[in-house]
Amino acid sequence: MSDTPIMRAAAATPPKLSRRIKGLSDRTIAWIFVGPTIFLLLAINIFPLIWTIRLSFTNFKANSPNREVEWVGLRNYQRILTDPDIWLTMQATAHFLFWTLLLQVVIGFSLAWLINRKFKGNDLWTTLIVLPMMLSPAVVGNFWKFLYQPQIGLFNYVVSWVSCHPPAGWLLNCIDPSSFEMIGSVNLAPWSIVIVDTWMWTPFVMLICLAGLRSIPDYIYEAAAIDRASKWRQFWTITLPMVLPFLMLAVLFRGIENFKMFDLVVQLTGGGPGSTTEVTSITLKREAFEKWRTGYASAYAIILFVTVFGLASIYVKALNKVKER
Amino acid sequence: MSTYSITEPSRGQKWVAGMLVVTYAIITLMPLVWIILTGFKSPADSIAYPPVVMFEPTVEGYVNLFTTRTRVTAEQLAALPPPDGLAETIVRDRGMVIAGASKFGERFLNSVIIGFGSTFLSIVLGTLAAYAFSRFKVPLKDDLMFFILSTRMMPPIAVAIPIFLMYRSLGLSDTHLGMILLYTGVNISLAVWLLKGFIDEIPREYEEAALIDGYTRFQAFYKVVLPQAATGIASTAIFCLIFAWNEYAFAVLLTSGNAQTAPPFIPTIIGVGGQDWPAVAAGATIFLLPVMIFTILLRKHLLRGITFGAVRK
Repeated sequence: MSDTPIMRAAAATPPKLSRRIKGLSDRTIAWIFVGPTIFLLLAINIFPLIWTIRLSFTNFKANSPNREVEWVGLRNYQRILTDPDIWLTMQATAHFLFWTLLLQVVIGFSLAWLINRKFKGNDLWTTLIVLPMMLSPAVVGNFWKFLYQPQIGLFNYVVSWVSCHPPAGWLLNCIDPSSFEMIGSVNLAPWSIVIVDTWMWTPFVMLICLAGLRSIPDYIYEAAAIDRASKWRQFWTITLPMVLPFLMLAVLFRGIENFKMFDLVVQLTGGGPGSTTEVTSITLKREAFEKWRTGYASAYAIILFVTVFGLASIYVKALNKVKER
Repeated sequence: MSTYSITEPSRGQKWVAGMLVVTYAIITLMPLVWIILTGFKSPADSIAYPPVVMFEPTVEGYVNLFTTRTRVTAEQLAALPPPDGLAETIVRDRGMVIAGASKFGERFLNSVIIGFGSTFLSIVLGTLAAYAFSRFKVPLKDDLMFFILSTRMMPPIAVAIPIFLMYRSLGLSDTHLGMILLYTGVNISLAVWLLKGFIDEIPREYEEAALIDGYTRFQAFYKVVLPQAATGIASTAIFCLIFAWNEYAFAVLLTSGNAQTAPPFIPTIIGVGGQDWPAVAAGATIFLLPVMIFTILLRKHLLRGITFGAVRK
């Protein structure tokens, strides 16, 4: 293609000349093309952020806009950082982050590794596994509430069935399906969310790991096999290090998303029972749209934003180091 | 494969791997299959213990999803003219009559309008911006990726506070236009980023040749670049559409009646004594099925979109 006379002429034309050839200048076109997008980004992303920062220093209440707004300085921030309840919700969020990421990485990587054995029909099964991730978390989360019903729910029934039949039956006592309540009990409610989130987002980690595994060229394994490296050794010295950057990328995306987990929690537990599953987004929603403490909620939002931003920046630095290796 | 390869897994290995993956897939699909099945169950079957897999299918859930019903006495029921159609028959068997249409149709239509509207806008603006970012010198170009990442670190609720205030003063709250602009604003960074990747892959020489042939920049963009980028544009569009289709947090906080989409509505479908699960399942099936079909059809383009273009294959 690149050898036609036109192509050669085009390649030889200096960019300055081609720019002057016809119509508006490139500079003008660039601004016309980029302008609307920049405007929208400013209006929907940047402007609200600045407004939130401003509100965070006031005692503004969005449900009574005519009330006089006082400038309270850093008092909102001070109150949040010294509030033990806030630290509890931070802990709940950290708990979710830890368990969802751990489970998704372990299961996701294992699945990708298995799919990469290239068995017949792996394409079809991969697509089917990916389905939960593409669906609306609110709609699906709501239905999981039905699956978690004590007596009639499918989840409880399946758990009970598995526990009563071999091989699990040899190890466990038979569990009655109405003997446990995933959503209503303080101990199990956090796990009800971890399970649904893992169900939904493991495919995401799996897809990225799969891309990583497929990027490893065969000749590396061939060379290792000629050097008589065992399969086990190949896995630890070739497969894992080469997939690690991909895995870390998946963890970054999932970490950011799960830090602001909202849809699933609202639908499944609504933060309850008590406040056992009250993650940061739920607190934020309660403060901003139920108690209408807009200033306080804004300060909390900024604290969360700075936290994620800081953690993500450190993480991206680590990721780049791993990539360079 | 005729020659022996040391990197090709053995047949036994493949078989075990295949069995494990298939087992996982079956377990993971159970909730989705259960949604579809429950949509066709009668209320009694839906809460039967043990859960039933074989049952007599009924469209009662779908009828309940689309209608509102009122209870009438047996005498009133007997005095009515014979039922007109299947829906009426099902409702009368329960001692009720259809009072009117439910809000589901409206909410679903809102989802379609807002989903397609914001996707269209994201793609038009996104393609233009991506082209400019790809071909021209634009200030701050390199900071774009980090900017994209950072706008997504904010919990939607945090952004919802000022947007709520802004929309209230502009008269955009609970309007289709407001939601379309909002979703476009959220989607556009992803759209620009993905589309820039696709346009970067189209050789510059094509347009430069067109420019020499006497095309203007606009014509070159329209007649040379756009057709080449069609696949990329289509797969980006699907991602924008799925995001807008599934979005819940903004929808539940910023809309109440007029512009409410289906995700906040479906969980509120209630019947006698709690949620009407067959109707909820029917609504979920109608709502989720298009996405499932898209996913299966477009599986080849999935990876790039969901990883922000970080993984290209």
